[in-house]
Amino acid sequence: MSTDVKTAAAGQQVAPNGVKLPVYMDNHATTPVDPRVLEEMLPYFVEKFGNAASRNHAFGWAGEEGVETARERVAKLIGATSKEIIFTSGATESDNLAIKGVAEMYREKGNHIITAVTEHKAVLDTCKRLEKYGYRVTYLPVQKDGLIDLDDLKRAIDDKTILVSLMAANNEIGVLQPWAEIGKICRERGVLFHSDGTQAVGKVPIDVNKDNIDLLSISAHKMYGPKGVGALYVRRKNPRVQLAAIIDGGGHERGMRSGTLNVPGIVGLGKACAIAQEEMAAESVRLSGLRDRLKDKIMNRLDETYINGSVEHRLPGSLNISFAYVEGESLLMGINDVAVSSGSACTSATLEPSYVLKALGAGDDLAHSSIRFGIGRFNTEAEVDYVADRVIETVERLRELSPLYEMAKEGIDLKTVKWAAEAH
Amino acid sequence: MAYSDKVIDHYNHPRNVGSLDKSSSDVGTGLVGAPECGDVMKLQIKVNPQTNVIEEAKFKTFGCGSAIASSSLATEWVKGKTVDEALSIKNMDIVKELALPPVKIHCSVLAEDAIRAAIGDWKKKQETTKPAAVEAK
Repeated sequence: MSTDVKTAAAGQQVAPNGVKLPVYMDNHATTPVDPRVLEEMLPYFVEKFGNAASRNHAFGWAGEEGVETARERVAKLIGATSKEIIFTSGATESDNLAIKGVAEMYREKGNHIITAVTEHKAVLDTCKRLEKYGYRVTYLPVQKDGLIDLDDLKRAIDDKTILVSLMAANNEIGVLQPWAEIGKICRERGVLFHSDGTQAVGKVPIDVNKDNIDLLSISAHKMYGPKGVGALYVRRKNPRVQLAAIIDGGGHERGMRSGTLNVPGIVGLGKACAIAQEEMAAESVRLSGLRDRLKDKIMNRLDETYINGSVEHRLPGSLNISFAYVEGESLLMGINDVAVSSGSACTSATLEPSYVLKALGAGDDLAHSSIRFGIGRFNTEAEVDYVADRVIETVERLRELSPLYEMAKEGIDLKTVKWAAEAH
Repeated sequence: MAYSDKVIDHYNHPRNVGSLDKSSSDVGTGLVGAPECGDVMKLQIKVNPQTNVIEEAKFKTFGCGSAIASSSLATEWVKGKTVDEALSIKNMDIVKELALPPVKIHCSVLAEDAIRAAIGDWKKKQETTKPAAVEAK
């Protein structure tokens, strides 16, 4: 390692330019809780511990008050009314509730669901399960830039279609689907539109009414709130969306999601939404600036690096780059004081490279070579510079080690080589 | 995933990185794996024609840290061995030495394949070029 690192007092490493190590730049995976969020949550553990469903004493009322304030804040962020917000354990549950809930409730109307190949597993695997129960699912392909073709969507809708589920922002490549256009098409065709807003809500403006969204999944821990809490927006009029519950019990959350409410978590989600709403405009300018700085620094120094997904339609803090001839996990190992993710098979449990990157048609080799950078609220310019330097020096070192880079430099077209691939 | 100290050491200080002249008659080249699978190893050996001892070994690897470590270790092990001795190196020896977890066993398999491929290439060259090679010495 050529970058000198000295040990600071509390065991924390500090790089020469003052950057504290390790650097966290994986904000699509999760985000730290904003201290302002934590501060609002804390009273709800010990003092205001009441069950929000306890209607006959002050402990319950205090809990309920916290929950209802949060409900209003979540609703406000997305242009909804508070009665349309159902609290859940997170976006995975929200996706399950939206899709399974609609599937069961609208079974007589139809059995066809439309989604896309690059959706999160919470949507894809939910749809796959429904296929076992006799539902028909269309998985739309994506174009090279990761966006769906709206004409594909129009063609896929038929008289049995009950739901379109398409995410707002992709968790791996950060591209933004044209959800307002999708909403418009769905509304015209009388089909419900669910969007997984896990990565997008709180980062980019979403208005459920302007954008014709009927169901929207929300997660707290992607926007500086706590883990284990999320919400589902369920439209109440024009049209009124009805859902079959997937968790039965005490009839909480208008019967759509039973179970004692996670009051501190919900309070945290509410505060996270309030901060996001207030700071979104300025923060998205700052994050796009940092992202472009990272991109320019890396791409000005390294040849054969490719951005995965649309550059234009992209989350502010999101960057996914493939470094040709370098395998992603070995790159992560080289920048071990920087926390980022790779689409490489070696970093996944399945030993398959990212299905999202494969869907872009970039080829498995580039999927193996990808790194996802997620710049967030607490990242600084100095950190971006440090990360860029570490990536550049590590890619250069690994390319010196790479037989593929050597072959490419010799002018050999790697696509024409007959590889003696082993069975693995 | 936590890497063993030996994997980290080979990754940070890979042994015998580089290339030998693949057209030379006493050099054997093995290229195994495929880019789509996420690992490609090139392992080269230079064999003394009199003694059949591997005098030099070089590698380049595209792959994860365990793949880099496996091929780096393979070059260390084959050096100084005769061709026949080198063929007795088994992937499980590499697994043991580097403490590879089960999901990384294929890296060791690839390294063993690379050794065999390099030796195979060298042997093929000896069949076709032997008279010339002997005369040259």
